[in-house]
Amino acid sequence: MTLHHTPSPAAVEELLPGGGHRSFVLRRGQLLRLTDLEGGANVATLMFNALEKSERLNLPDSLKCQHTAKLTRGHCLYSDMGRVLAAITADTAGWSDSIGGVLDAAEVHEKYGAGSFQQLRNNCHRNGADNLLIELGKWGLGRSDLLMVLNLFSRVDVEADSGLRFVPGNSRAGDFIELYAPMDTLVVLSALQHPLDPAPRYAPKPVQLAWMRAGPEVAEHCRGSCAENARGFLNTERLYL
Amino acid sequence: MSTSTATVTSSTREAADACLRHVIPAGEPWVGELTAGQTIRLLDLQGNQAVDTLFFARANPRERYDPQRTLRRQGNLYLSTGTVLYSNLGRALLTIVADTCGRHDTLGGACAQESNTVRYALEKRHMHSCRDSFLCGCLHDGRLDKRDIGANINFFMNVPVTPAGGLTFEDGISAPGKYVELRAETDVIVLISNCPQLNNPCNAYDPTPVEVLVWN
Repeated sequence: MTLHHTPSPAAVEELLPGGGHRSFVLRRGQLLRLTDLEGGANVATLMFNALEKSERLNLPDSLKCQHTAKLTRGHCLYSDMGRVLAAITADTAGWSDSIGGVLDAAEVHEKYGAGSFQQLRNNCHRNGADNLLIELGKWGLGRSDLLMVLNLFSRVDVEADSGLRFVPGNSRAGDFIELYAPMDTLVVLSALQHPLDPAPRYAPKPVQLAWMRAGPEVAEHCRGSCAENARGFLNTERLYL
Repeated sequence: MSTSTATVTSSTREAADACLRHVIPAGEPWVGELTAGQTIRLLDLQGNQAVDTLFFARANPRERYDPQRTLRRQGNLYLSTGTVLYSNLGRALLTIVADTCGRHDTLGGACAQESNTVRYALEKRHMHSCRDSFLCGCLHDGRLDKRDIGANINFFMNVPVTPAGGLTFEDGISAPGKYVELRAETDVIVLISNCPQLNNPCNAYDPTPVEVLVWN
């Protein structure tokens, strides 16, 4: 097996600016590449079964069935129904964080100071909770659906005393993560700094999004990375018998 | 597993003074309420029992325990004495005021029929699970449903993260008679599944009863 399978060229590309939010259905057989353009990007991520949105990304289930706290190449992102919403088929940054979550408006104000729209227009300070709520609202979802979020590109270490430590510079300019959808998956994204990033200035980084088509073989190394994932893919394929 | 980081704080409350005592048998749900200022003790009667727990604001059950906010505000992976359990609206729901176990998990989530098929075998679907208990508790209560079930706390469960980012389910560090106490900072609904998992060491493969005590 090659280290990194090359999917077909991007069919569509789009910039997700720093501070931006975006949601879309990643259809079965599509692959999304997120590229950190400047280094230090962070993308808070939620996922749902696009056809039955009560089925949601369940990070605890994803972590415990793969015996991991970080998520990276070879891992799968599981719904609460035991299905694979997305497989991480490539990841040059090496770590995405499941601990830090997203800040809300009050926390962003406390951390970065005032940054209202009236004052700064479209350079105003966004916050992850509202960014995600806005996108959730577009699909008829709400606050109850804002579950634990995955922070792509970011790394938080757990130290010997169980303290949490944000690792700066985990993702460099050009690093990318690819997500392959083995089912129709609603993807919700917010590009803001990681909540535990100690940098005092509000300066969210942009990410390039690229959509491609890919065959299921692109995720074979995810399916084969542990027996749990083989069963997760079987559960997923039963949607399409 | 080292317990060197565990902080142990015992309580002076007497069981005889409790206004409520209730034993939750293994594998059963329990839905209760606390008013602000009341204290609840979860008592591990026989040791190494996982107590999967969710908290909601009674005034607005859409307001619930937020594990990621709770962890990042305290800057530490484990819940123990002094931990403030924050809600998804940023308010303090409860504070852990005593803990003779020393650490509790909030990354591992609850077992479910569906996750059991992934973790163990497709044929394990029809074993009892915490999510079944949560759903049963929610839908009988009527104020809560599936959408309200976020990531929970696993009291008495020991789920360390390794320096390489691995997640391990270790044998518990709890023992018979160990307990954790929480003071309600606002009126809350308590939803418990006394875990029925038989496939991993979170319950030492032997689910057992736990007792809930409440003091005014």
